[in-house]
Amino acid sequence: MAGNVTGHRFLYNFRKYKFLLYQLVSRDIKTKYRKSVLGIFWSFLEPLLTMIVLTIIFSTLFKGFGVENYPVYLLTGRLIFTFFAGGTSAAMRSIRGSASILKTVYVPKYIYSLSAILSNFVTFLLSLVVLFLVMAATNAPFTIYIIFTSLPILALLFFTIGVGLIVATVNVFFRDLEHLYGVFLTLLMYATPIFYPPSIVPASFRWIQDYNPIYAVIECCRSAFLYGEIYDPHQLLFALISAAVAMIVGLALFYRYQDKFILHI
Amino acid sequence: MENTVIKVENVKMKFNLSKEKTDNLKEYVIKFIKRELQYQPFWALKGVSFEVNKGDKFGIIGLNGAGKSTLLKLIAGVMKPTEGKIWVKGSMVPLLEMGAGFDPDYTGRENIFLKGALLGYTRRFLEEKFDEIVEFSELEEFIDVPLKNYSSGMKARLAFSIATMVEPEILIIDEVLSVGDAKFQEKSREKMNSLLDEDATVLFVSHSTQQVRNICNRAIWLDKGKLITQGPVDEVCDAYEKFIHLK
Repeated sequence: MAGNVTGHRFLYNFRKYKFLLYQLVSRDIKTKYRKSVLGIFWSFLEPLLTMIVLTIIFSTLFKGFGVENYPVYLLTGRLIFTFFAGGTSAAMRSIRGSASILKTVYVPKYIYSLSAILSNFVTFLLSLVVLFLVMAATNAPFTIYIIFTSLPILALLFFTIGVGLIVATVNVFFRDLEHLYGVFLTLLMYATPIFYPPSIVPASFRWIQDYNPIYAVIECCRSAFLYGEIYDPHQLLFALISAAVAMIVGLALFYRYQDKFILHI
Repeated sequence: MENTVIKVENVKMKFNLSKEKTDNLKEYVIKFIKRELQYQPFWALKGVSFEVNKGDKFGIIGLNGAGKSTLLKLIAGVMKPTEGKIWVKGSMVPLLEMGAGFDPDYTGRENIFLKGALLGYTRRFLEEKFDEIVEFSELEEFIDVPLKNYSSGMKARLAFSIATMVEPEILIIDEVLSVGDAKFQEKSREKMNSLLDEDATVLFVSHSTQQVRNICNRAIWLDKGKLITQGPVDEVCDAYEKFIHLK
């Protein structure tokens, strides 16, 4: 509410609260693993163990669906989906969760939603180390195209921020979303080819894959991590456009209603 | 006016009582069907205007529900007014509900940085002031202990030390600061007085005219969202006391 800053209020605020953003992100990560003996190693261990469990289940039950290098196939999909699901869920609770602070001190509200997503993003980046280890163990190709995956991953980050802002806003007014969103994420997880190859889905349901920005990112990353190839630029373009649309809708919705948050939390 | 640091212009604040209570879809639908979603406006502030000059110790008095806290929250930027304008110049530190913003799993040390960041301070500034904050709070031995193991007095001491370690241009104080034991209270009173002596502008909210008279030089009296009088502290307090006794 500083009245003397008019022109670049957003930038001014961002510079001023950069340190808060950093503090919140590191707080999330630190407190998540505090008290556990292995600490931060859990962010490597958890995806690794889950991957092993799922690989055992699916390769015995379904013979891995005939997918080559199933561990890398699965891990790529799961890491990306887990980031999206975890990031948006944390963002959804971020505004309500910090009600006591928002009611006492002026802090740009998006800082809380953004920090919730960024801390999930840091965990995601750490867990990529596991992916590289599994790739090395399974003789997957390491090519220059791995570096190119930073583009779809960036698109994924912005897509998650956009969706996160939308669910954070809606959840302030309708708390039902907290329960509903979990169900939706489960549905989305099974609708996205994470455990299974896209080809087993009947043609009449293929549109779920075609119009799924998360799956576009997964496919881009699989091309690089699994096959050592460059991804289809159309997939990248679709991911980027989805990210831009999500950001625009998210920001517009959040800014339109953020002054009313305080009356509802 | 060059000297004005806070300007409140015809500020009105409306809460919608019926709508604010529906926070889930079921209630919303039921109320919509029963046509109960209509407006139940409640005006917490009904057009308040005043100006605070640099260095003023400005008291806000009034009964419960007069709109004092709403006014402070509007000035602190936590809420936006329904109508009217609020203009604030300079850095502002609110000393309200001081426990907010601490993380119970964090140690005292980590909480100093977290809470400091929340108040908008930079890392460099907090590192500079860190020793001073710890020393003032007298928590040297416990600074690496998680906050959930602190007593409530210790928490309050830490909060007070962080909030007052800077010299903010505008300080917002809601009610009295009675934190810690008698010895710490004495210390915090001294710290408050030294803040008051400097040219910081202070907004002070209280039920007690005694405290307002001690601290402030100017005051306003709010009642049911309206500004009744404003002026030199003694005039406003006299009028307010007279009104209380009449009741």
